[in-house]
Amino acid sequence: MKVLVPVKRVIDYNVKVRVKADGTGVDLANVKMSMNPFDEIAVEEAIRLKEAGKADEIVAVSIGVKQAQETLRTALAMGADRAILVVAADDIHTDIEPLAVAKILKAVIDEEQPGLVLAGKQAIDNDMNATGQMLAALLGWSQGTFASKLDIEGDHALVTREVDGGLQTIKVKMPAIVTVDLRLNEPRYASLPNIMKAKKKPLDEKTPADYGVDVTPRLSVLKTAEPRERQAGVKVGSVDELIAKLKDEAGVL
Amino acid sequence: MAVLLLAEVTGGELQLDATAKAVTAVKGLGDVTALCVGAHARAAGEAAAKIDGVARVLVAEDAIYGHRLAEPTADLIVSLAGDYDHIAAPATTDAKNIMPRVAALLDVMVISDIVGVVDADTFDRPIYAGNAIQTVKSSDAKKVLTIRTSTFDAAGEGGAAPVENVAAAANPGLSEWVEDTAAESDRPELTSADVIVSGGRGVGSEDDFKLIETLADKLGAAVGASRAAVDSGYAPNDWQVGQTGKVVAPDLYIAVGISGAIQHLAGMKDSKVIVAINKDEEAPIFQVADYGLVADLFDAVPELIEKL
Repeated sequence: MKVLVPVKRVIDYNVKVRVKADGTGVDLANVKMSMNPFDEIAVEEAIRLKEAGKADEIVAVSIGVKQAQETLRTALAMGADRAILVVAADDIHTDIEPLAVAKILKAVIDEEQPGLVLAGKQAIDNDMNATGQMLAALLGWSQGTFASKLDIEGDHALVTREVDGGLQTIKVKMPAIVTVDLRLNEPRYASLPNIMKAKKKPLDEKTPADYGVDVTPRLSVLKTAEPRERQAGVKVGSVDELIAKLKDEAGVL
Repeated sequence: MAVLLLAEVTGGELQLDATAKAVTAVKGLGDVTALCVGAHARAAGEAAAKIDGVARVLVAEDAIYGHRLAEPTADLIVSLAGDYDHIAAPATTDAKNIMPRVAALLDVMVISDIVGVVDADTFDRPIYAGNAIQTVKSSDAKKVLTIRTSTFDAAGEGGAAPVENVAAAANPGLSEWVEDTAAESDRPELTSADVIVSGGRGVGSEDDFKLIETLADKLGAAVGASRAAVDSGYAPNDWQVGQTGKVVAPDLYIAVGISGAIQHLAGMKDSKVIVAINKDEEAPIFQVADYGLVADLFDAVPELIEKL
């Protein structure tokens, strides 16, 4: 079975996000970028399926700016076999919407015919939580979102999902889209020899036009603002004072 | 203008709070039709009919909707979509599963987790785990939205909207429900808890994390953890609060031995009252805390447990 894993290049999760003073967006110039943390988990799961003999090829796909090559090299260094980069934007500040991403992925899938797509449940930049579900809709496939456990059993998969108030297990027909949550696994670090080897693995470059997809956004961003600033409060001198403040001043005890 | 609102129905019961808050968010956009979907959804429909601002209730009862699987539920919503300009739902895990599927089937973008309605086409939503708020204007003919309910007040009760049944759509037969496992603990669920006690790397070990749990139990609180504590193996991953974990906004958030890394702050800074207990008075957590106590947590937490 071939597994396709879409990965996104996003601001590193440890970097403080700065809103541009003119309100046009978040400043990404000279900021450390990394693979979306949820996508790392998806790549890891694909590798584990391959190690378990349930997958034979892992194809990583990224849609965005040319620099997303680095993100794909990371996936290759972790253990993906080859990569496809769809260069859909020149400016690092351009975010391709999930609907357009899903359309491009659908076209890639029509060509590649994978048996499973493993994707992060959301990207930590736009927080839309939509691409996997949209892709499943466009393909007419089943979807197992927010997965914390995945078992492939022949023509179906058991997916345990993190839902409000607990876990839900569903059985989905293959081929399926599974979006992964934090608990599924802990991604490995790429070793230096694997990083070197990844440089020689195939990475194809495409454009949305190659797939006949229009990436014009449906949502225009009117402005991006800082959230309401939180004021630092007071220091208290003792546990007694803390309890008193919480009871009398804040009224939360 | 008309709005179709997917009411939150769990096990046949209306989740009134989430649904009533979503009604407040969308009622300015047009007449609100609440859609209650489930194996049994009539009682939920009767309850939704009483929410102020609900003009009509549709009930779709069928065994295929028993666990609101994404594929049949999305097909049902699409079958009803023709009459509506806005299709919305409270941003629960069910809705986040279903609504992007609906949007793609309608060839429109979903607008997730809105925290403000500017006009019929324009909405505010948090990005980067709430580190920025984006205002977006949709050019799509239909708007598919999920609503972050914590930012809206619940609509009152007193309405008496008519309740009608609608036919089920065909079952695409792509998935089946197997089982639900309720969270094992008696503690409240992290994302809806009123009080959360979280521990960080400063707690030092899995054994000592019990101290955090004891304080939480004393307060009837949920337990959270920083990514540092999770990565160190002190706490399980599903307790993680932060950009890559859960985003929470309780009435009271007590951060113990947490330095306040950006990625943690992103997940808890919308809490109403934040308390920080840390022995490092320079820790960044104090910059967002309403009440800071510079103390060794192994002295302060047992004292707190005793005196509460």
